[in-house]
Amino acid sequence: MVIDTRINLCGVEMDNPVIPASGTFDYGREFTEWYDIRCLGSFSIKGTTAEPRFGNPTPRIAECASGMLNAVGLQNPGVDVVVAEELPNIAKIYGKPVIANIGGFSVEEYVTCSEKLAACDNVGILEINISCPNVHGGGMGFGTQASSAAEVTRAVRKVTDKPIFIKLTPNVTDICEIAKAVEAEGADGISMINTLLGMRIDKRRKKPIIANVTGGYSGPAVFPVALAAVYRVYKAVNIPIMGMGGVSSAEDVIEMMMAGAAAVQVGAANLINPCACRDIINDLPRVMEKYGIEKLSDITGGAHV
Amino acid sequence: MNQTILTVIDNVPAARDVFKMRLSGDTSAITRPGQFVNVLIDGLYLRRPISVCDWDEDTLTLVYKVVGEGTEKMAAMTPGTKLDILMGLGNGFDVEKAGDNPVLIGGGVGIPPIYGLAKRLIAAGKTVTVAMGFASAADVLLKDELEALGCTVKIATVDGTAGEKGFVTGLLNGEYSYSYACGPIPMLKAVFDTLTCGGEYSFEERMGCGFGACMGCSCKTKYGNKRICKDGPVLVKEEIIW
Repeated sequence: MVIDTRINLCGVEMDNPVIPASGTFDYGREFTEWYDIRCLGSFSIKGTTAEPRFGNPTPRIAECASGMLNAVGLQNPGVDVVVAEELPNIAKIYGKPVIANIGGFSVEEYVTCSEKLAACDNVGILEINISCPNVHGGGMGFGTQASSAAEVTRAVRKVTDKPIFIKLTPNVTDICEIAKAVEAEGADGISMINTLLGMRIDKRRKKPIIANVTGGYSGPAVFPVALAAVYRVYKAVNIPIMGMGGVSSAEDVIEMMMAGAAAVQVGAANLINPCACRDIINDLPRVMEKYGIEKLSDITGGAHV
Repeated sequence: MNQTILTVIDNVPAARDVFKMRLSGDTSAITRPGQFVNVLIDGLYLRRPISVCDWDEDTLTLVYKVVGEGTEKMAAMTPGTKLDILMGLGNGFDVEKAGDNPVLIGGGVGIPPIYGLAKRLIAAGKTVTVAMGFASAADVLLKDELEALGCTVKIATVDGTAGEKGFVTGLLNGEYSYSYACGPIPMLKAVFDTLTCGGEYSFEERMGCGFGACMGCSCKTKYGNKRICKDGPVLVKEEIIW
């Protein structure tokens, strides 16, 4: 059986659909100490804002059942450093186009960052994060209403021809409505789902574990939630979906694609097993063969009835 | 850094709520005392970062305190248990900076990495003083082992049941060439304020990955933002912002 794992995401050719998710892969450098990251389909860089950000106070991390909370709060060196230093370094260590993840506190900030990052040769796709649950006065604020999600999409669309994926939060009444709204404003695709809002309490100290009180829940526990959301949005829109949320194995990749994902992002798993994405990629042919899949891109949405 | 499977040799009580676990396997990724390992534990999602107490070519020694679910599960592990461990994480202490008579300061479960450091400093011919602080006599840890290495060991307990009554800073009355400290932040700060010599301080933080990817354990320093797991856990005195 000849196995073909290649995909084409809005004109960006990828060797496979496996993409480390933003915030779990930094700018790739740390992972080169564990494996040759050139095997990746692509990767999504740390969420970038106009100005440098330290992020939230610590603790930022907590254990949960089959997963974790994080409240990093978009720590990043700012778009100018990303353009001047990180992306050129990524070109050296990775070589293929990456996904530039962009956070923001205003429509103008999304536009500024998008313009600067779209101008970089090795940025293949812009991923507009309107769904970070860990920053106040921004992030998720734009992603919880169809009108503001549409406004960000419209503004970014005007400044770039590169593919735009809008990253959506599941912490809403109807994610399909928001997906349709960004599609109508010219989004090329949807990234979903961002983390679910959660918290843990330190019972000895009688205080929340996370300094920010709440954090984003990710890991295998959220996989069924992500799968259902991707399945529903696949029905609602006609643009490709990068599916994510608890994906940890080649089996999960297949399942996420059958639900409707054209590509799959892997998040928390990278933090537990630094070689998670490499292991998934290596295992894909075996799992494809198991399910009689020759061409991986053919299975997107295959579970729809 | 590498990812390795190690096998528990033994796992025995070392003080109140503290256990000493020895494991066999490939330890080649550990390059300096003060580094840590990140242990995957059945039934828990996040790995648990534990400081390296000591190591040789094929043995790793961890001395850890039971403080929660992860360390409770570790305490129940029996010889033969296999553990998936990320090895050789963090920067560790720089033994080259020690000078002739360094002082090593540890508080409670901050002592274990001090042991591995002391062993290497003694091997390098240094005159090593170790000042250790504990809550009570039942918590005293690695005293005999440190004395057996040839260190001068001084102890303080808060309740006075062992050594001098009071805090570890009360033991720091000599002249030292350099200092190395590991323990709770209030202790580190008190040591920082007491000693005039240069030094290195090992910090603790809740971590996501342990190898620099997630920004879960960031801190601000005079040299910019650092990750406790990757750029630390050891910070030099000059860069610390309290």
